[in-house]
Amino acid sequence: MEPLRALEEAYNKFSHDLSFKKELAGWLDSFAGRPTPLYLAANLTRHVGGARIYLKREDLLHGGAHKINNTLGQALLAKKMGKRRIIAETGAGQHGVATAMACAAFGLRAEVYMGSEDMDRQKLNVYRMKMLGARVHPVESGSKTLKDAINEALRDWVTNVQDTYYLLGSVVGPHPYPTMVRDFQSVIGKEARKQILLQEGKLPKAVVACVGGGSNSIGIFHSFLHDLDVDLFGVEAGGESLLPGQNAAPLIAGREGVLHGMMTYVLQDEVGQVQTTRSISAGLDYPGVGPEHAFLMNAGRARYATVSDQEALEAFKNLSQLEGIMPALESAHAISYAMKLAKSLGTRDSIIVNLSGRGDKDVEIIAKHLPQ
Amino acid sequence: MQSTSHSEDRIEAKFRELQSHREGALIAYLTGGDPDPNAFLANSTALIEGGADIVEVGIPFSDPIADGPVIQASSMRALSQGATPAGVLDLIGELSSQCHVPFVVLSYYNPILTMGLDRFLEKARESGVDGIVVPDLPVEESYEFRTLALKHNIDNIYLVAPNTSRTRLRTVLEKSKGFLYLVSLYGVTGPRDNLSPQALKAVKKVKSLTKGKVPVSAGFGVSQPEHVSAIIRSGADGAIVGSALVNIVSQHLESPNEAPHHLKSTVAKLKASTRRS
Repeated sequence: MEPLRALEEAYNKFSHDLSFKKELAGWLDSFAGRPTPLYLAANLTRHVGGARIYLKREDLLHGGAHKINNTLGQALLAKKMGKRRIIAETGAGQHGVATAMACAAFGLRAEVYMGSEDMDRQKLNVYRMKMLGARVHPVESGSKTLKDAINEALRDWVTNVQDTYYLLGSVVGPHPYPTMVRDFQSVIGKEARKQILLQEGKLPKAVVACVGGGSNSIGIFHSFLHDLDVDLFGVEAGGESLLPGQNAAPLIAGREGVLHGMMTYVLQDEVGQVQTTRSISAGLDYPGVGPEHAFLMNAGRARYATVSDQEALEAFKNLSQLEGIMPALESAHAISYAMKLAKSLGTRDSIIVNLSGRGDKDVEIIAKHLPQ
Repeated sequence: MQSTSHSEDRIEAKFRELQSHREGALIAYLTGGDPDPNAFLANSTALIEGGADIVEVGIPFSDPIADGPVIQASSMRALSQGATPAGVLDLIGELSSQCHVPFVVLSYYNPILTMGLDRFLEKARESGVDGIVVPDLPVEESYEFRTLALKHNIDNIYLVAPNTSRTRLRTVLEKSKGFLYLVSLYGVTGPRDNLSPQALKAVKKVKSLTKGKVPVSAGFGVSQPEHVSAIIRSGADGAIVGSALVNIVSQHLESPNEAPHHLKSTVAKLKASTRRS
């Protein structure tokens, strides 16, 4: 509890500090590449026939995903707290890469825990982390994916708490992480809301984002929470089916529980053992979900759905070939759902999809599944 | 099942009794249902025959974040044999109906929440459980659980670390019953060759605040008789040994019938190190 208390205190102090905010904004602009464009996917819109589909291009950020928004914020905070060693967990490797980048830029040591199964399926990101100077620790316990990487990072943190900062990559874990990561990611929604008002002259009918731990989705939802006419849709990984062990959709197929220091929806068996998950996208392969999503669902403010592996692959193909944009498999889940949704809306409506990452890291998996 | 024949506050009574003999308590841990139910019963009986003063039983969980590789592996073995929280409580019930030592159960919060707090605690009490440790339920979040545990006459045992502030220590002490579980190092469970440098300092710091109100027992990385005697001599009321014992279980998976004999002799050596004089 002491490290969490110290972290909360430091975060409360610096998040209200003007010079900290200015410094972070500078890094976000000139290092990460903010603001990202809001792009009207005209070909996709025409193909679907319905609402105009806009893409929030987080895939264009340095590193290729929204993760850098959070790692720059937390690494800067760690530096202010005087910590020299940074640890992180990673699923698809995007958070690991973004952590390695921020640490290299700030002169901090980075060590990343990654499930050995994820290391196999996201090799490219393992190489990138190593080239950026990070150490990658393979995690062999449990399902060898994101959940187990978090377990291992937590074990490292309690062991080396005096000099180590745990840079968590999603809106999960104990307080203050879900709040802090949301705040750092909320830049996505702030920009998108301004941009859609400029480009469309009105708010969108809906905002769609994929949900693993839920950081990109909370990041884009946050600025629209009070716009009650804007529907918010979170898309979980439907995997192969909604049967136990075949998906990563805790909000749809899970039950309330406690995991990694948070109370939220968890995929678990009848006696409370956490279940293994399955999704084609390593970044969504997690049995829990950020507690704020659980709250938004129960409050009826956001709605959640699933998209299967197969549908995500189809969406990947569509976006790549119609728009010349290869989405990450995670983001392809959001694209797939947005296509269905757009069809059901009028041509004068618009929707925003958070294109949270680019698909280069996934080409090997996709080549296997989409032979042509 | 014998809930009424148990006298109340057996843990504190045990510490009082040991103190009058100038001894510290040896608290011996095994993971419930590891490697299978019958071997677990035989192994636990061996702990008691070896002289363990209190037996601590872990309810296996899929994600034991406070545990090192030894106890992680034991949890996975037990789960692969179909161990459930209710099943482990039943096993404790069998032990407690035959052995007259206090029992402490350690469980992560999710299995308890799933069974229902009240139902879990009621069943635990019926099984002869005297105290409970929930490593991922901090005192700040534990009001409902603590109140129900009190109602069922189960002691709330909280973990504190070497870096726990004095302010928080006072809060924890106020809510503690049975004993206070001092994590003697920065890290997770697991046997270490040497006692951590923080261990003895932490014992002294905590003891200076408890003023004898609640016994203090130190664990995590306590595995050798010398560790136990150093912990007790520095003023702790008890020493908790877990991974070193679970290691004996895991070294005898091919010959499980030999494990009890080794457990008994190891526990006897550890127990011999709890004498103060």
